[in-house]
Amino acid sequence: MEWSFVIEKLILVSVIFVITLVIAMYSTLAERKIAGFMQDRYGPDRAGIFGILQPLCDGGKFFFKEEIIPAGAHKVLFIVGPTIAIITACISSAVIPWGQELQIGDRVVSLQVADVNVGILYMFGVIALGVYGIMLGGWASNNKFSLMGAIRAASQSISYEIAMGLSIIALLMVTQSLSLKEIVAQQSGFVNWNIWAQPLGFIIFMVCAFAECNRVPFDLPECETELVGGYHTEYSSMKLGLYMFSEYINMFVSSALMASLYFGGYNFPFMNDLGLSANWITIIGVIVFFLKIFGFIFFFMWVRWTLPRFRYDQLMNLGWKMLIPLAIANIVLTGVFTLIKDTYFSS
Amino acid sequence: MTVFYFVAFLSIFFALMTIFTKNPVHSVLYLVITFFTFTVHYILLNAQFLAVVNFIVYMGAIMVLFLFVLMLLNLNKDTEPMKSNMVKFMGVIAGCCLLVTFFGVYRVFEISNPLTVVNPEIGLVKNLGKVLFNEFLLPFELSSLLLLTAMIGAILLAKKEPKQI
Repeated sequence: MEWSFVIEKLILVSVIFVITLVIAMYSTLAERKIAGFMQDRYGPDRAGIFGILQPLCDGGKFFFKEEIIPAGAHKVLFIVGPTIAIITACISSAVIPWGQELQIGDRVVSLQVADVNVGILYMFGVIALGVYGIMLGGWASNNKFSLMGAIRAASQSISYEIAMGLSIIALLMVTQSLSLKEIVAQQSGFVNWNIWAQPLGFIIFMVCAFAECNRVPFDLPECETELVGGYHTEYSSMKLGLYMFSEYINMFVSSALMASLYFGGYNFPFMNDLGLSANWITIIGVIVFFLKIFGFIFFFMWVRWTLPRFRYDQLMNLGWKMLIPLAIANIVLTGVFTLIKDTYFSS
Repeated sequence: MTVFYFVAFLSIFFALMTIFTKNPVHSVLYLVITFFTFTVHYILLNAQFLAVVNFIVYMGAIMVLFLFVLMLLNLNKDTEPMKSNMVKFMGVIAGCCLLVTFFGVYRVFEISNPLTVVNPEIGLVKNLGKVLFNEFLLPFELSSLLLLTAMIGAILLAKKEPKQI
């Protein structure tokens, strides 16, 4: 392993880390601005122009608030909870291909941190691990509302992971690969995007992504009308901030995952007909990828300020009795179509 | 090789911690870490698929459910059921059986002649799938049937109607 390789990856990791955090920070502002727009009011506009410094003020406030660990809480796990939440949120973006290769001098730099050949499964593993943060935090608080929130989070995430995995299986039958890099590379141009092959799969995946991120209408774990604050009732100061942050990072990463699995990632229409050099296509590709991600983040927020919350039994019914059978039907349909295509239309 | 010994040490250490901690929640968390070290072992063996599946299924799903059940229990010391002498006696016998098995394995196993993997690429998804669906199709289908049976059984147990009086 050469030094330049290590340095290259280190730079890439740091850049992605910073971008992730900045996007998570400004998602909080965007959320309030969008809420304001939808409810016909201004939203935060005091700190800086258009409230652009608002996230910094919030961060500062989080740091300077008094930090309280309740007397009855389990001290170690109370701190471990938010730590796991933020760590799993940050490491999940490692396998996402942010762009094609960039040529700098003689070096070809791949804009992906790790090309694991089971990339999708890695994402799943990390997402599955994320629920420990919420569960441990909720349990360690030694508060009934927190415990209820933690339990809701656990059962919700387990239920929706199944439907999510099944919807991914149908996608894998089309792409024939588990590597995210290869899946995105296959969707070159516009007609090859997986959304055209897997519309139903995409809808199931998106609903499950909402549930996994604990976003409205699936935010039962922190439902304030029933559970005070849900699993983070007892948290104050930056530990609460970390939970919030990990939620926004999860939203960003799942937007990136949806964009790269179904909407072509860094690919954009007519990318091969423009006659640009490879580096320019890569740079435009990265910009396009981030535009798609922002589109999905906006969609997350749009849904949040439009739909009311589910009841918990409705949530479970939707997961087990609607999405899972639909996902299985999708797998069967995909299999039949693939078979017909291979038998009659293969050249 | 040093990596293997380090990870193996960690696995055994956390496995022992699982047994020796008093608090059930801690015990489950140590078990999670033990499973994580197993994942590392699989990666060292170049069995990526198995590693990730172990990660998702054991750490991500089964242990979450374990933790889920434990959180609902009242874990005060006073309510903890005392173990009867019968249980302790059975534990000792089971432990002795395990010891005898270990000893037998140690005698039969030739350390000087280690096993070698015929095809180091076997753990990758594509090769594993091909082997499972060609060479081991029958055992694979049988084990999936077994899992299906267990699932139906669980549903039946959970749906048991109360007796009409």
